[in-house]
Amino acid sequence: MAEGPAVVHMPRSLVALFPGAPRRLEARGITVAEVIDDLDRQIPGLRNRLLDVGPALRTHLNVFVAGVRADLDTPVPPRAEVHIIPAVSGG
Amino acid sequence: MAARTALLIGTPKGAFILDGDASRRDWQLRGPLCEGWAIHDISVDPESGAILAGGASPWYGPAVWRSNDTGSTWTHSSEGLTYDDDGPKLTTVWNVTAARGAIYAGVEPAGLFRSVDGGTTWEHVAGLTNHPTRSDWQPGNGGLILHSIVPHRTDPARLWVGISAVGAFETRDGGLTWETRNRGVRAGFAPDPYPEFGQCVHKLVMAADGGEHLYQQNHCGVYRSSDGGEQWEEVTSGLPSEFGFPMAAHPRDPMTVWTIPLNGADQGRFMPDGSAAVWRTHDGGESWIRSGDGLPQHNAYIGVLREAMAVDGLDPVGVYFGTSTGQLYGSADEGRSWALIADNLPPIWSVETMALG
Repeated sequence: MAEGPAVVHMPRSLVALFPGAPRRLEARGITVAEVIDDLDRQIPGLRNRLLDVGPALRTHLNVFVAGVRADLDTPVPPRAEVHIIPAVSGG
Repeated sequence: MAARTALLIGTPKGAFILDGDASRRDWQLRGPLCEGWAIHDISVDPESGAILAGGASPWYGPAVWRSNDTGSTWTHSSEGLTYDDDGPKLTTVWNVTAARGAIYAGVEPAGLFRSVDGGTTWEHVAGLTNHPTRSDWQPGNGGLILHSIVPHRTDPARLWVGISAVGAFETRDGGLTWETRNRGVRAGFAPDPYPEFGQCVHKLVMAADGGEHLYQQNHCGVYRSSDGGEQWEEVTSGLPSEFGFPMAAHPRDPMTVWTIPLNGADQGRFMPDGSAAVWRTHDGGESWIRSGDGLPQHNAYIGVLREAMAVDGLDPVGVYFGTSTGQLYGSADEGRSWALIADNLPPIWSVETMALG
């Protein structure tokens, strides 16, 4: 377990699906997958919005850990800044 | 008549609701709802009065939305709405239909899911996916999609579904086992025009008397069945085209249905000759009546998709359809005359009615 929780920044379009959810919250985990598990404990249903079968991050979502694009296995250092960012897509 | 009607509209850019007055002439638009998700189908749970909307976000995947307050606030869930990690990726929800305590979701790739807790959690109705024909199902132009769900009116163990380019199926044991229901339905594009499966059903509806009386608009014609789909009879004669998507059944008269023929699968899929019309039968398909009264009769190259027509339960029945170019037309006289209710919406994928107090 990391010594301090990561700080997760979530996009407007994601928190809008969960009334009352904050744009920025703390979550614990030593990998991105574990951080997402902790997010899901705090906001039930969030994991289903982020992960597809595999499990894998959904195709048009990107996660950055300390500014570097990550996948589910990417380590999350203590107090890392984690950004969840929808890809620029659609029409 | 004091009853008011709301029209529930699904589009690729969210759901919308048109609140009507008692005359069904004035409508007020609300939306976009469901956070702008692409909503393939929107319907009402007749028991709870909840609005259900099925679709997907390009970023956040598929889910079924639910509103218990006629669309003011919404929740969503896709818990269990998956073929699991070793199965194919479930891309979106094409139909959501509630009946007798259960909610069914038809999805892409084609399969059926059921919720018995109001849409909070879902379970795969694996019996359909395990049908021996499954390995030979091929997607149609719109994908391999389960788009029609028709519950039996009184028997909770019976249910029909329609899958594009695969055909109709029925279960009589609550989804454990399924049988094809395509006998008599043409697959004009196939080497064998009357196969067991492979027919391209576009929309399956139940007649007002329920039980065994079904209609379908198919890629290749319009059909009726009086025995729960075990045998179909083609009733295309009298229509300007065998091709179309939506179909709606009268809420009280089992011999009356409406359909909207489009010019042809390979000819643009718009109203024949650019002249908009809804066709209806009052004799189970033996004869058809065209109505373009109030609809654009020239240069109207518009299409209507499978879920985009609905009827209300009033007398006379209101009939409504949405176009793939964002117009919503309504008739308060059972389809004899029409008026534009809303315009400039996104492409309309689905229309449903909701009776308001």
